[in-house]
Amino acid sequence: MPTPPAATERTQRTERTERTESPAHPELTVRSLHLAYDDRQIVSDLDLAVPPGQVTAIVGANACGKSTLLRALARLLTPRRGTVELDGRVLQSIPTRELAQRLGMLPQGPVTPEGMTVLDLVNRGRSPHQTWWRQWSRADELAVHAALAATGMTELADRPVDELSGGQRQRAWIAMAVAQGTPVLLLDEPTTYLDLAHQIDVLDLVTDLNRNEHRTVVMVLHDLNQACRYADHIIAMKSGRIVAQGEPAEVITAETVEEVFGLRCQVAQDPVSGTPMVIPMGRHHTPAPAPAPATATG
Amino acid sequence: MTLPTADSAAAPRVRALRLAVPPVSALLRPRLIAVSAGLAVAVFLVFCWGVSIGDYPVSLLGVVKALVDKGDPGTLLVVRDLRLPRAVVGLLVGIAFGISGALFQTMTRNPLASPDMIGLTEGAGTAVVAGIVWGWDSHVSAQTLGLLGALGTALIVYLLSWKRGSTGYRIILIGIGVSWICSSATDYLVANGSRFQASESIGWLVGNLNGRTWDQARPLALALLVLLPVSLLLGRQLRTLQLGDDVAAGLGTRVQTVRLAVLVTGVGLIAFGTAAAGPIAFVALAAPQTAQRLAGTAWPPTLASGLTGALMVLVGDLVAREVIPGTELPVGIVTGVIGAPVLLWLLTRANRAGSGG
Repeated sequence: MPTPPAATERTQRTERTERTESPAHPELTVRSLHLAYDDRQIVSDLDLAVPPGQVTAIVGANACGKSTLLRALARLLTPRRGTVELDGRVLQSIPTRELAQRLGMLPQGPVTPEGMTVLDLVNRGRSPHQTWWRQWSRADELAVHAALAATGMTELADRPVDELSGGQRQRAWIAMAVAQGTPVLLLDEPTTYLDLAHQIDVLDLVTDLNRNEHRTVVMVLHDLNQACRYADHIIAMKSGRIVAQGEPAEVITAETVEEVFGLRCQVAQDPVSGTPMVIPMGRHHTPAPAPAPATATG
Repeated sequence: MTLPTADSAAAPRVRALRLAVPPVSALLRPRLIAVSAGLAVAVFLVFCWGVSIGDYPVSLLGVVKALVDKGDPGTLLVVRDLRLPRAVVGLLVGIAFGISGALFQTMTRNPLASPDMIGLTEGAGTAVVAGIVWGWDSHVSAQTLGLLGALGTALIVYLLSWKRGSTGYRIILIGIGVSWICSSATDYLVANGSRFQASESIGWLVGNLNGRTWDQARPLALALLVLLPVSLLLGRQLRTLQLGDDVAAGLGTRVQTVRLAVLVTGVGLIAFGTAAAGPIAFVALAAPQTAQRLAGTAWPPTLASGLTGALMVLVGDLVAREVIPGTELPVGIVTGVIGAPVLLWLLTRANRAGSGG
C-alpha cells in the first residue's frame, strides 16, 4: 500500500515524539531526489522528511538504493537532481567542517588501520572540532570520555581496535561517531558481520544514543524484525522509490513485505516488544491449515 | 605552562596526557616525543661524525665549533666548504624521503605505496640517464633532469589514475605499471650507451652523495623550507584520510583537496631529494615504517619519519665511506643493506601501538 510520503508521516510524528521533541532537533529533508552512478539511475524522484529526534530505519531488498540514499543524506554522493537539505540549507552549500559538526556518518564495514587504539580512533571523531593548534582541548577530552563511557569502551580504550571482537570493534567505531557530537547520526548497516548477540548489543546502543542524547538516527538495516523493534519510523524502499513509510506497525504488513521483498510471509506480534514480527514463508514451508494464527493477516 | 592531566575522575583507564596552553592544546604521546628526541640527537651525532672523518681529521668537538663559526681557518674551510655540503645533502635528502614516504603511505593506507614503488624515482632516473646517454647534460644539469623526470612521472600517474576522483589503490597499481615502463626505458638507454655513459648512469641510479656541493644542497633546502611545514600541517587531515575516504569526508575532510595537496607535497619532496642525491634505495619505504614501530603509533609519524630517513642516509653514508678503506661506495647500496634488517627486525617483533613499552 504505497503511502504518499511526508503527508501522513507528519501527523504520526506529533503523537510519538513528545519525549524528545525540542527546538534543537535538526530537520533533514529530501526533495525530488535523483541519484545515479554514471548512467545507472538508482534513486528517482524521492521525497522524504526524516522525523527529528527519532530512530528511522531504511529497509528494502538488495540494490534498492537504500545505502545510496544514505550516502546522499551524508553528502557522500551529489544528487543528479533534487536536493537534500539540513535545516533548510542545501547540503552542498554547507561548509564541509560545519556539516561534519552537525551530521555524522558511519559507513558499512569500516576498516581500522592496523594497531590503531580505540582511543586514537575515537579521538579522530573530534576532527571537525579541532584545528592544527587546538588538537586536544578540554572539550575534546570530555567528548571522547563521554563517548567511550556511552559505548562501554572505556576499559578497552588503550587496546588496538584490530585485536577486539567484531562487536567491540563496531562499538569503537560508533564511539567515534558519538564523539563527533552530531545531532544527526547516519549508520549504514551497523550490524553487518556481527553475531546475533552483538547485533542486539549495537542496536541497544543506538536506542541509548537516541533516548539519552536525543540524537536523530537514520540507519540502513537488513533485518526487518530488528528494524521494527528499534526504529520509530520505517522507510521501505523498492527500486529507488519509497513504497511505504511510517510506524513499524503500519508499514510492516504481509502485503508491503511481499511488494518490497517479493516474499510471502505472515506478520505476527513480537512477544517481547509488541512490534510486528515477520515470519517468512518459503517454497517448502506454508502455514499449517489449522489452527490459523490469530495475528495472521488477510 | 604544561598541564598534563591524568584524567583520574572521568575515566581512570584512559591514559592521555594533555598539553594545554589556551588556545593551544595537543595530545601528548610521551613515547613519540621520546623517540623523536632520541632520533634528533642521533641524527646530530652521526651528522657531526660524518663531517669529522676524512683525510684531514677533525675532532667531533671541532666540527661542532666549526658549525657555529669557531676554529682555525683551515678547519673551517675543510668543514664548511668541503664536507658540510655532503652531510647537509644527506640530512635533507633523508628527511625529504622519510616524510614523502610517510605522506604517501598514510594517504593510500598502504606501506607499499612509497614514492620509489610508484615510479617517481624511476621516472627521475630515466630522465637523468636519457640526459647522460643523449648528451643533454651539457645544457641541463642532472639535478634539473631528475626533478623534471619525477614531476612528469607524478603527473602521468595522477592523470592515469583519475576516475571520478583518484583513489589510493589506483595510484599504487598505475604507479607500479609506470615504474616498470620507466625502469625498462632506463635499462634500454644504459644498454645502448657507451661504457663511460653506462658507468655514469649507474653511479647516479644507485643514489650517491659523493662530490655533493652547495649547488645540490641549496635548492633542496629551499624546497624543504616550504614543504616541511606543509607536511606537518597536513598531518591532521591525513589521520582522518587513513580511516577511508567516506569516514574522512564524514569527519569534515575535503578528501580530494587534501589528497591532491598530499600528492603535490610528497612528489615535491621526493623530486627535489632525488634531484640532489639520486634515488637512494629503501629510505622512503622503510623510514616511515621504522618510525611508526619505534613510536608505537598506528600511522607513520611525519617528523619522526623524516628523522629516521635522515639517520638511515647519514649512517649509510658513513658506512659507505668507511667499510672498504680507500673506496667510497654509493650510499644507496648501503641503505638497502642496513635498512632492510632493521625493518625486518621491527616487523618480527610485532610490537603494536598501545601495547606499551
